[in-house]
Amino acid sequence: MSNENLVSRRGFFMKMGILFNGLVAAALTVPIVGYLLSCITGGRANAYLSWVPLGPVSEFPEGETRLATFRNPYVTPTDGKTADTACWVRRIEGQQFQVFAVNCAHLGCPVRWFQQSSLFMCPCHGGAYYQDGSRASGPPERGLFQYPYKVQDGLVTIQAGELPTPGASASLAGKKPSCA
Amino acid sequence: MAQIGYWFDRRLQLAAPIREVSEHPIPRNTASWWYVFGSAALVVFILQLVTGILLALIYVPSGGEAWSSLQSLNHDVTLGWFIRALHGWGSNFMVAIVLIHMVQVFLFGAYKFPRELTWIVGVFLLLMTLGMAFSGQVLRFDQDAYWGLGIGASIASRVPIAGPAIVKLMLGGPIIAGATLSRFFALHVFVIPGMLIGLVCLHLLMVVKLGINEWPMPGRLVKKATYTAEYHELTRKEGAPFVPYAVWKDLFFAAFILLAVAACALYFGPFGPTGRPDPTIIQTVPKPDYFFLWLYALLSLLPPAMETPALLIGPVIVITALLLLPFLSGEGEKSWRRRPIAVLTILLIAISLGTLTHLSGFTPWSPHMNAWSGDPVPERLLHGTTALERQGALVFQVKQCRNCHSLGELGGQRGPSLDSVAVRLTQDQLIRQVIQGGGNMPAYGKNLSPAETTALVAFLETLHPAGQAPARDASRDVVLSDAQEKRPGAQP
Repeated sequence: MSNENLVSRRGFFMKMGILFNGLVAAALTVPIVGYLLSCITGGRANAYLSWVPLGPVSEFPEGETRLATFRNPYVTPTDGKTADTACWVRRIEGQQFQVFAVNCAHLGCPVRWFQQSSLFMCPCHGGAYYQDGSRASGPPERGLFQYPYKVQDGLVTIQAGELPTPGASASLAGKKPSCA
Repeated sequence: MAQIGYWFDRRLQLAAPIREVSEHPIPRNTASWWYVFGSAALVVFILQLVTGILLALIYVPSGGEAWSSLQSLNHDVTLGWFIRALHGWGSNFMVAIVLIHMVQVFLFGAYKFPRELTWIVGVFLLLMTLGMAFSGQVLRFDQDAYWGLGIGASIASRVPIAGPAIVKLMLGGPIIAGATLSRFFALHVFVIPGMLIGLVCLHLLMVVKLGINEWPMPGRLVKKATYTAEYHELTRKEGAPFVPYAVWKDLFFAAFILLAVAACALYFGPFGPTGRPDPTIIQTVPKPDYFFLWLYALLSLLPPAMETPALLIGPVIVITALLLLPFLSGEGEKSWRRRPIAVLTILLIAISLGTLTHLSGFTPWSPHMNAWSGDPVPERLLHGTTALERQGALVFQVKQCRNCHSLGELGGQRGPSLDSVAVRLTQDQLIRQVIQGGGNMPAYGKNLSPAETTALVAFLETLHPAGQAPARDASRDVVLSDAQEKRPGAQP
């Protein structure tokens, strides 16, 4: 015991014990972090984005903008009404549509359509958009988010599943409709 | 009785440390009504813990059922409304008291040596209190909560690169739904309260160990080398035991605050819930709770280009400044009488937050969604007008101009009031403004027929105070009179 370089038997076991706990903790961290991050990494596996029908083309008169609702393609049992989503469908003419998210491109409040003035107005911070979704005035830095759409078997179908946000690589940002 | 006490203390051995804490000497002049806010915050926190547990007996943290369980708390469960009201008002009081406590500590220089760490822990306690306030608003799973989460997600999404991942982490998935509520429940009920309890203990431990901050005397400077000795000298010479010398004021104030919370709960009742959290109901005007109203106003008033930097960098600067404060001015003058910049800073912040909160009460930046169909055109503006001008008034209402422009105090305030617009703008300028927009006004060119524009501008030209002539373009007068003169057969 007089030699300070010597590690005592108990001291050694204590260090081994700490090391052992560290290893177990590290091993447990992997599933814990995997569980916590599953909502990010699971996106691709769960196919958040998929095609959802909004209704027959005949429900959307030419030259008008109508509110449509759909059930989010990715739901969990406790979602209740929150998985129902609204969107604004503008039928320009024929098979030409624009489908806008209701979420304002500023901070996500639901914009309302005013047919008489052909404007979308946001109740929160006063953003306004023209009928084609482009920014008219107020704090938004861009136009309304658009869902990619296609007309299939007489149904207007959009690719949806994610909350559109103004972040740089939000999936819907800046995407043109995939067929027009 | 004494024997039972002795039996327990033999095993717990807590009597001596409790006596030591309660009788620790404090400087006599700190037994002041200014020193009661910390203990009041603690008491309200305990109220929140108790009422929170009571609410958890009924509340269901499920996206599909939370709202209904709140309704049943409000209407079916005996006194459920009162417990909800206590918890809701308790949270308002807690935020307010924590802020007042912080201002008092700042103005009394209590964050200076050796109490830097107490301040830093306090900053984290403030952040957690605000975290509790926000997550609590989410648990009141109604329309405001739903769209408030959307706003939170929109802000988080602006973080460079990691934004979309942070949004999914915050929402627990791709949309605001059941998983979102569940994780905010875990935060509000387990994670943040756990950290709060731990940090409150640490905060209190330091208050007892380092002693309460002495009453700041102008000219008595804090020096690291001598402060501790001076403080001990002070408490030795004119100290008094905390119990009962100062504690009675804490007790009275705590009881008063609890009574005030209960009175508000009884009189005003619980907060919401507002409409069902159904995203297909878009006829909603979401608004945050009062402690975030200033932010709501700020986000409306900031220039668009400044918003993202302000949202992402602003909090970092504020929190860093708060954390660095005791290191930047850890010594020197404590008294607010000799710290004008400190006093002005507090005044500036208080006035800014107060003004922003006040503005958010009537949201001048938001269009009034129903003004066009609901607000009448004042009679005096239509008196003696031509058919064309009346047609213009109709266009003005039908095209929803009223949603942003008020007439006779009624209507939106997003754009300028038009009661005297004819004094400001000439006919040509009115036409240009209507058709091309600009200055934060949408362009209506594509949406108004020439006849509608003519009528609208004719109406707008009548909008000037009696006795004040409308604006006119002098050069136009010259051109028109020239044309008149050159016309063949014109009378000079």
